[in-house]
Amino acid sequence: MTIQFKSIAELRGMLDEKLISVSELTKETFLLAKKYQELNCFVTMNEEFATKKASTIASGDQTSSLLKGIPLAQKDLFCTEGLRTTCSSKILSDFIPPYTATAVKKLEDAGSITIGKTNMDEFAMGSSNETSFFGNVHNPWKKGYVPGGSSGGSAAAVAAGIVPGATGTDTGGSIRQPAAHCGITGLKPTYGRVSRWGMIAFASSLDQAGPLARTAEDCAILLNLMSGHDEKDTTSLNSEVPNFLTNINQSIDGLKIGIIKEFNLGDLDSEVQAQFEESKKTYEKLGAQFLEVSLPNISASVPTYYSIAPAECSSNLSRFDGVRFGHRAENTDDLNDLYIKSRSEGFGDEVKRRILIGTYALSAGYYDAYYKKAQQVRRLIKNDFDHVFKTVDVLMTPTSPNTAFEFGSKGTQNPVELYLEDLFTISSNLAGLPAISIPHGQVHSLPVGLQLIGNFLKEDRLLNIAHVFQKNTDFHLAQPNLEDFS
Amino acid sequence: MSWETVIGLETHVQLSTKTKLFSRASTTFGASPNTNVNLVDCGLPGVLPSVNKEAFYKAIRFGMAINAQINQTSIFDRKNYFYADLPKGYQITQMDLPIVLGGSIEIVSEELVKTINITRAHLEEDAGKSIHDEYDGFSAIDLNRAGTPLLEIVSEPEISSAKEAVAYMKAMHQLVTYLDVSDGNMAQGSLRCDANVSIRKKGYKELGTRTEIKNINSFKFIEKAINFEIKRQIKILEKGEKVVQETRLYDSSKDETRPMRSKEFANDYRYFPEPDLLPVVISDEEIQKIKDEFPELPNEKEIRFQKQFELSAYDAQIIASSKSMADFFEKTAKQTKNYPLLSNWLIGEVSAYLNKELIEINESKLSVENVATLINRIDDQTISGKIAKTIFEEMCINGASPDDIIESQGLKQISDDGAIEEIIDTVIKDNAAQVEAYLQGKDKLFGFFVGQVMKLTQGKANPKAVNTILKEKLKK
Repeated sequence: MTIQFKSIAELRGMLDEKLISVSELTKETFLLAKKYQELNCFVTMNEEFATKKASTIASGDQTSSLLKGIPLAQKDLFCTEGLRTTCSSKILSDFIPPYTATAVKKLEDAGSITIGKTNMDEFAMGSSNETSFFGNVHNPWKKGYVPGGSSGGSAAAVAAGIVPGATGTDTGGSIRQPAAHCGITGLKPTYGRVSRWGMIAFASSLDQAGPLARTAEDCAILLNLMSGHDEKDTTSLNSEVPNFLTNINQSIDGLKIGIIKEFNLGDLDSEVQAQFEESKKTYEKLGAQFLEVSLPNISASVPTYYSIAPAECSSNLSRFDGVRFGHRAENTDDLNDLYIKSRSEGFGDEVKRRILIGTYALSAGYYDAYYKKAQQVRRLIKNDFDHVFKTVDVLMTPTSPNTAFEFGSKGTQNPVELYLEDLFTISSNLAGLPAISIPHGQVHSLPVGLQLIGNFLKEDRLLNIAHVFQKNTDFHLAQPNLEDFS
Repeated sequence: MSWETVIGLETHVQLSTKTKLFSRASTTFGASPNTNVNLVDCGLPGVLPSVNKEAFYKAIRFGMAINAQINQTSIFDRKNYFYADLPKGYQITQMDLPIVLGGSIEIVSEELVKTINITRAHLEEDAGKSIHDEYDGFSAIDLNRAGTPLLEIVSEPEISSAKEAVAYMKAMHQLVTYLDVSDGNMAQGSLRCDANVSIRKKGYKELGTRTEIKNINSFKFIEKAINFEIKRQIKILEKGEKVVQETRLYDSSKDETRPMRSKEFANDYRYFPEPDLLPVVISDEEIQKIKDEFPELPNEKEIRFQKQFELSAYDAQIIASSKSMADFFEKTAKQTKNYPLLSNWLIGEVSAYLNKELIEINESKLSVENVATLINRIDDQTISGKIAKTIFEEMCINGASPDDIIESQGLKQISDDGAIEEIIDTVIKDNAAQVEAYLQGKDKLFGFFVGQVMKLTQGKANPKAVNTILKEKLKK
C-alpha cells in the first residue's frame, strides 16, 4: 500500500485501522526520501533515531494525538537536539544543537516522527532556495525549476508526497511562496502565535514558524500543536489557542473578501490573472462577496522590509564568529582576522549582501533615514490593515506574481528582481498578520497559489475559508509526475 | 594659568540577583570557568532572552533612593560590536529609555557636603571575561559573568577633583550596599567605574576635550588614575597642545594611564531596539511593593541606634555608615548587654584592623558569636581590656573563639581577692624602698606597684581589684 501523497488525516486513518504500522510507515517514508533524493529536499536524514522512535509506537493504539506516528520533516533552521542543524550554511555545516526548538518539540512530544531536516535558502534569505550551501532543490513539478524559498525543501518534500507535512518559517513569504510554487498549502500564523525559541533568527520581529501540508485541514492539525505561549520567548503571545479544527467546516456564506486596490493585478501574467478571477468566482458561489479596499501604504512594503529585515539580520548573525560554534577559519593572525576569515568563508553571497545592507541601515547617520523611517512606515502599513479589517473579513491576493522559474534565471544580475517575488507576501509579516497560501490551479503546467490574509489571531477563520475552498475544488489533490527524479 | 577639573563618572553596579538578567543561570562569583552558563549565555543559535524582574526591582529601588524619575516601561536596545567574550556580538542595554532618569546623590569630601546630579541609570548585561595569559598561545574565554545584570549610573560632570570622585564612589558604595541592590565588592568587580576627565581654564564655561579612563575598581586607583590624568592633561594644555579625545586604561603597576583606542577608531555601535524583547512594564502594584519593602537608610539607622542602643550620636554615625558594620553591630548586640563597650570596640580595634586590611567586616574572620563573647568576657571581668586586645589579634588571624584562647593560654583574669592580696604582699615586701618613698608622699609610685603586680600575674590580675587592695595595703 502506498503512503505517497497521503495527507496526515489519511495516514492517521491507515494507522488507526492497522492498515500499516508506524514502523512500516517510517520505513516507507525513508524509501521515498531515498527514491527522490535527486530533489535534494533534505540536508540531513534522521533515520536511526526515527526508526527507533517508530518502533516504540504501537499502531492502532487509541491515541488522543492525531500526530502519533506521523512522519514530518523540519526546516533546517529549527534546532534539533543531537541532529545536525545547518540553516543550509557552511558556517553551521557541522553544528549539532544541544536542544530542540519549542515548535518542533511540541510536534515530537505529540508522537510525530522527524524524518529529517529540509534544505532551505541560507539562513532563510532567498525566495528560490538557490542560496543553500547544500545546493538547489528541484521543484517536484518541473526539474531544473526552483521550489521557491526559503522553505523550499519542506515544500518540495510535501509536494513530492514524501512526508504529509513539514515545518517552515516565514519572514517575508518563506512558507507561502514555496507552498504556492509547489502546489501545497502553507500557513504563516500571527506573529507570536508560535514560539521562536530554537528557531535560528533571521529577522526577529518578522520571523514566524508555521506548517506546510497537503491540505488546510492538515495545517490546522499541525498548528494546533505548534501554537501557544512559551516563557522562553517573551514575544510569543499569551492568548488562548483555539482548536483550529473546530470551525473548519463552518459556512462562508456572507464572507467579505477584500481585494487590494494598490496591487495592480492587471500587470500580472494574464494566466495568473485569469486563475485569480476563476477563484473569485468559486468563492462567490460559496456565498462570499468581494470588495475593493485601499491600503495606501502597502506599495512601500518591499523597501520597508528590505530595510528592517537586513538590519535585524546583521545583528542576529553576529554570533556566528567562529569562537564558540560553527565554522572557524584556520591560520588566523588575531581575533579580527579570525572573524573576517571565518565569516568570509562561512557565509554565502546573499547572506553577506544582507549583512552589509543591514549594517549600513543601522549605521550612525543612516539609522534615522533607513531603519527608523522603515519602522515608521511599517506602523502605517499596519494601520492600513487595521483599517480595512473593519470592513472585510479577509484579504485575497495571488501568493506570488509568477509561477516557479528556472534555476539561475532570476536575481543573478539584479538581486532586487528576486526581492519583488515577495511583493504580495511581505506586508503581512510587517503587520504581524496570519496568511495562508492554497493551490488554485496551474499555469504553464506549474502550480499557482492563492493567498488569504486574515486579521490578528484569526488563523481559525483563514483555515476555515481555505478548507471550504478545498472541499469544493480539487487543485490541492494534483500530484506531480516525479519520473524525472527517481 | 589656573585650571579647573571636570569629572563625570559612569558607575557599573553589579546587581545582586540570584540569576542573570536574561537567563536563569546563576550569578555566583568564583565558580569554575564556564559553569554558570546556559544556552542563552553562550549565545547559541536560536536562543532568546527572557527578563529577570528582580533586577528591575533593584534598579527601581536605587532610583527611588536618589529621588529619580522611574520609567515603569523599559525598552531594551542592542549595542552591536564584536569581541570574543561578547557571545551574541551585541550587548542588550537601554539606550533611549533608561529605567532611572535624573536624581542626585550627596557626597562628603573634605568635610564639605556637595550634591552630584545623576543623569540616568540603565540596566544592561555584562560581558564575559577574556583571559590572555594563562594558556600559551591561546586566549581563554570565561562566560560566567556574561549576562550578569548591571546598573550603569551616569553622573553629571559635576565632580571637580579626584578626592570628590572617591567620595562619590564611597557614597555610591554605601547606597548600593544599604539598598541591598549590590554586594558592592570592588575587588570582584561588583562596583567599578569609568571616569570622564577634562580640564578647562578656571571660570570658563565650555568643557575641555575629555578622555575616558576605563574600568577602575578601587577607591585608591580612582584617586591615583584621575590625578595622573589631570596632571597629564594640564601638562599638554600648558604646552599649548590639544588633548586627544580617547579611551585610556589605568595601569596600577606603573601608576599611569595610557591610550586604549582613540575616537577615530571608535566603534559605531549601531544601536537599535532589541526585537527579541517586548517592553517590560512594571505595574503600580509592583512599585508600591518596592516602596513598602524599602530598606532602612544610613541616617534612619543612625537615629534608631541612638534610641534603641543608647549610642552616642558620634558612635551611631560611624557604625551606621557601613551596612556590613551596622548589621554586625545589631546582630552582636543581641548577644551582649554592654552596647557602649561593643560600639567602642567596633569603632576602635575592629575598625583599625579592617582599615589596615582594606576589608569589610563580613570579609574578615570575625564572627558575631566570637565578638559578642569577647565583649561579654570583658564585661564579666573574666579578662582585662588589655588581654582582650591580645585575644582579638588572634581572633583576626584564625577566627578562634575567645573562650578557647582564654582557656588554652590561661588568660583568665585573677579576680580572687585572696590571690591578689598574696601577690601584693610579695610586691610590697620586695620593694621596701619604693614603699618607703611612696609613704613619704611620692604618689606617682602607685603606678609602679600596679605594674609590678601585673608583671607577676602576666597582666591577668583584675586591675580594679589590684587598685583597691593596693590602696588599702599602702595606707598601713
